[in-house]
Amino acid sequence: MLKFIVRRLLLLIPILLGISILLFIWVRALPGGPATALLGEKSNPERVAQVNRLYGFDKPLFEQYFSYMSRVIRLDFGQSIQLRRDVSDELFRRFPATIELASAAMLFAVGLGIPLGFMAAKRERTLFDYGAVTASLIGVSIPVFFLAQILKYIFSLKFDLLPSTRRLDVKRKLEKVTNFNIIDSLIAWDGGAFWDTVRHLILPGIALGTIPLAIITRITRASVLETLNDDYVRTARAKGLRTFTVNRVHVLRNSLLPIVTVIGLQTGLLLSGAVLTETVFAFDGMGSLIGGAVIGKDYPVIQGGVMFLAVVFVLVNLFVDVLYAFIDPRIRVS
Amino acid sequence: MVTSPHFNKGRKMRPRIKFIALGMAAALTVTACGSDDKDTATTTAPTAVTEDSTAPAETTAETTAETTAESTAETTAETTAETTAETTADSTAETTAEPGEAGGTFVFGTSSDPVVLDGAFVSDGESLRVIHEIFETLVTLEPGGTVVAPALAASWEPSEDGLSWTFNLQPDVSFHDGTPFDAEAVCFNFDRWYNFEGVAQSSNVSYYWSTVFGGFSDGVTESLYDSCEAVDEATAVINLTAPSAAFLAGLAVTAFSIASPTALTEYGADDVGGDEDAPTFDGTFGTEHPIGTGPFKFESWDVGDKLTLVRNEEYWGDKALLDTLIFTPIADGPARRTALETGEIQGYDLVDPADSAALADDGYEILLRPAFNVGYVGFNQTKAPLDNILIRQAIAHALNREALVTAKYPEGSEVATQFMPPSLFGYSDDVTEYAYDPELAMELIAESGVTDLTIEFYYPSEVSRPYMPDPTANFEAFKADLEAVGFTVVPKTAPWRGGYLDDVNGGNAQVYLLGWTGDYGDPDNFVGVFFRTPQPVWGFDNPEIFDALTVARDTSDIDERTALYQEANNLIMDFLPGVPYVHTQPALAFAPGVTGYVPSPVSLESFATVSLG
Repeated sequence: MLKFIVRRLLLLIPILLGISILLFIWVRALPGGPATALLGEKSNPERVAQVNRLYGFDKPLFEQYFSYMSRVIRLDFGQSIQLRRDVSDELFRRFPATIELASAAMLFAVGLGIPLGFMAAKRERTLFDYGAVTASLIGVSIPVFFLAQILKYIFSLKFDLLPSTRRLDVKRKLEKVTNFNIIDSLIAWDGGAFWDTVRHLILPGIALGTIPLAIITRITRASVLETLNDDYVRTARAKGLRTFTVNRVHVLRNSLLPIVTVIGLQTGLLLSGAVLTETVFAFDGMGSLIGGAVIGKDYPVIQGGVMFLAVVFVLVNLFVDVLYAFIDPRIRVS
Repeated sequence: MVTSPHFNKGRKMRPRIKFIALGMAAALTVTACGSDDKDTATTTAPTAVTEDSTAPAETTAETTAETTAESTAETTAETTAETTAETTADSTAETTAEPGEAGGTFVFGTSSDPVVLDGAFVSDGESLRVIHEIFETLVTLEPGGTVVAPALAASWEPSEDGLSWTFNLQPDVSFHDGTPFDAEAVCFNFDRWYNFEGVAQSSNVSYYWSTVFGGFSDGVTESLYDSCEAVDEATAVINLTAPSAAFLAGLAVTAFSIASPTALTEYGADDVGGDEDAPTFDGTFGTEHPIGTGPFKFESWDVGDKLTLVRNEEYWGDKALLDTLIFTPIADGPARRTALETGEIQGYDLVDPADSAALADDGYEILLRPAFNVGYVGFNQTKAPLDNILIRQAIAHALNREALVTAKYPEGSEVATQFMPPSLFGYSDDVTEYAYDPELAMELIAESGVTDLTIEFYYPSEVSRPYMPDPTANFEAFKADLEAVGFTVVPKTAPWRGGYLDDVNGGNAQVYLLGWTGDYGDPDNFVGVFFRTPQPVWGFDNPEIFDALTVARDTSDIDERTALYQEANNLIMDFLPGVPYVHTQPALAFAPGVTGYVPSPVSLESFATVSLG
């Protein structure tokens, strides 16, 4: 097991090297550079040349790359050109926001998706089942930003139940230790801030979690249906086990493998794909950081941010693989 | 100028307070121009008279009034002060208004965090917005206008040859850290800017220095700045290498804010680290210790969350009404609107033109900034047939600008006749105008003898500019207009930041959509930027225009300058290097009851006079 984990972690090195080269070439091959992006209509050929010279963008590509990698090895990702803050500081600040958001979304998706899918499978071809299938179809196809606007309109604007933007009420003071507001509010032992953080997570969590919810519901339903027809389930029932035991030990556990795979993949996607949700709810996370960097041709942020996300993606997948082994002993053996 | 109704509400003030307000208003608006007097007076006056500030306000008012009275005579050549000081005083007496309620916390929704709170290092609006509350410049612009007015300098006077400018500083002013504000501090700041090295010279960093002063002390590019002398505590002399009148208006830009020399040094404002390939800014002055003289003091900044300022209780002038001012970044326009409607914020900038009417109907205050931009169709004359004046005229007559502006632009937008906005001096009422006339356009084409009427028309995607909310709509309208008179239009498009600007500015585009928002109140920042020197984007060489604009820039007498710029604008519009088509008025939205915010064409807007009502 340990060997497996180490092997997978070592795989990160070629992955990161590959990504760094591709990214380096790709961002510089795109038309327009940081100077034009920053100066807008106030850019002119002389100004662009000056900025490129002062930031070293006029040097040969390989020279820039080696200079960059020699710094990355020392964990120095440089400074954002447009924000003028260290990339690593920005990542440290923004990533917790995205994790909180993604966790809220997954909590919503998993917490609701598995029971829904399970119940739909158990009541196959009933009104409940059809309802769940249709709802999940709608859930997958509804655009996130549209859903986000609707949620904001109903819950913030119309009934004033939940806040529409940000992670914490603007007038509330909370000392940032980990940048996870949930954890920071616990450290500060501030129940008000904790509850406020949770309230701020509800709408974006639902908006971001709806697609995973729909997918998880469908996968759970399919997987459970398949398992329900397996011989050992019939055997378990035949030997008189309680329905609850049959469901939990025999059905659900054996249906979990595909569900966990989907959850893993979806989590990875959520971490990198929260741009829209973060924008609509002014949630200052990774998505808006990298989105803004791509628009502003902010090379250091694009490079650092994407490489960071690649590491996270690999780690999440590794975690899912390890989880398999716990769920399915056969994998542990092989 | 459009302001909310409360600015014009005349309310009675107690006599003693009224007198002070009057003095202050007169002092502060020495250079106010006639047409805006009422607005100016009513918005300036309230700030003079919070109860607790009566005593200091009185002395300041008196001294200021005295010094300005003297200096007004001296600087008449530069400003149109003499007569307006009187009219201001008159109208102040008539329309003095009570200040809004003091106290409270105001939350303003911005489109992003500032970059750093160091004016010398930024050119983006969100940084300058906050810096303008914490810091002050030597001179400023009259609220809501473009006329130069006193700020940290009570008065100023150029030498005969226009090479030395003497600034008489406000007495008894201190920075937030207790450092006294004096001539030494002024020179410290100017010398700091002039001596920037390496990446600090980059035009995305010290954009305004290079725009107004040109080069740095390393002499690579010629600099307008020569030196600064602290003659005595209250007198600073700035020496220039050439006479320039645009310089004074340039100094009003927030980028030239005077910062505490102690703090600049202590917090390493100019520390640059990293290496040659990846320079980094390492100082903490602009992130943790921005220390100026302004009506608000920096309290804290949680990047991405909020930036908090508090009232400067020791402010030398009229103290701010608000206790606390918070800026919170909400990048998404619709999200800013929702946040205003749910009460999470009390105001925001860059209101989507489509939202302003609805917000106004719901009782929100919509304020419009006086137009200070221009959108135009540019021609590159290196690309035939645009070198032919008849073809350029034909295009100008073919474009139905009126229809476009009416159909696609928000309220307050107007059709442009020249390359600068009407609010700026030097705007000419006698430029050649090119009315929409397709028949005439076809005649001009026939007369030109040009047979190949194919033109490549460049327009940007993925962008919305104040003067061009929807570039594609503009392109489509113009394309139809041009095709109607016989041109064949080849569309060319690229993302604004993804190649468009480089292509156009590099001189590759034949006909293109572009525009400009003014940085400061001087025509040189409009027509001077475009046409004072040969540029690849226009591709023409017209010494007559270049000379006219250079002479206009270097003349110091305001009346003479005005005439010269009017003349230059006439020349330009006869030559027709492009077709200016619109000036727009960007909008701000505020919660009901908010008072005291005066929109400025160049965004020099103070929150000191703002009240939650």
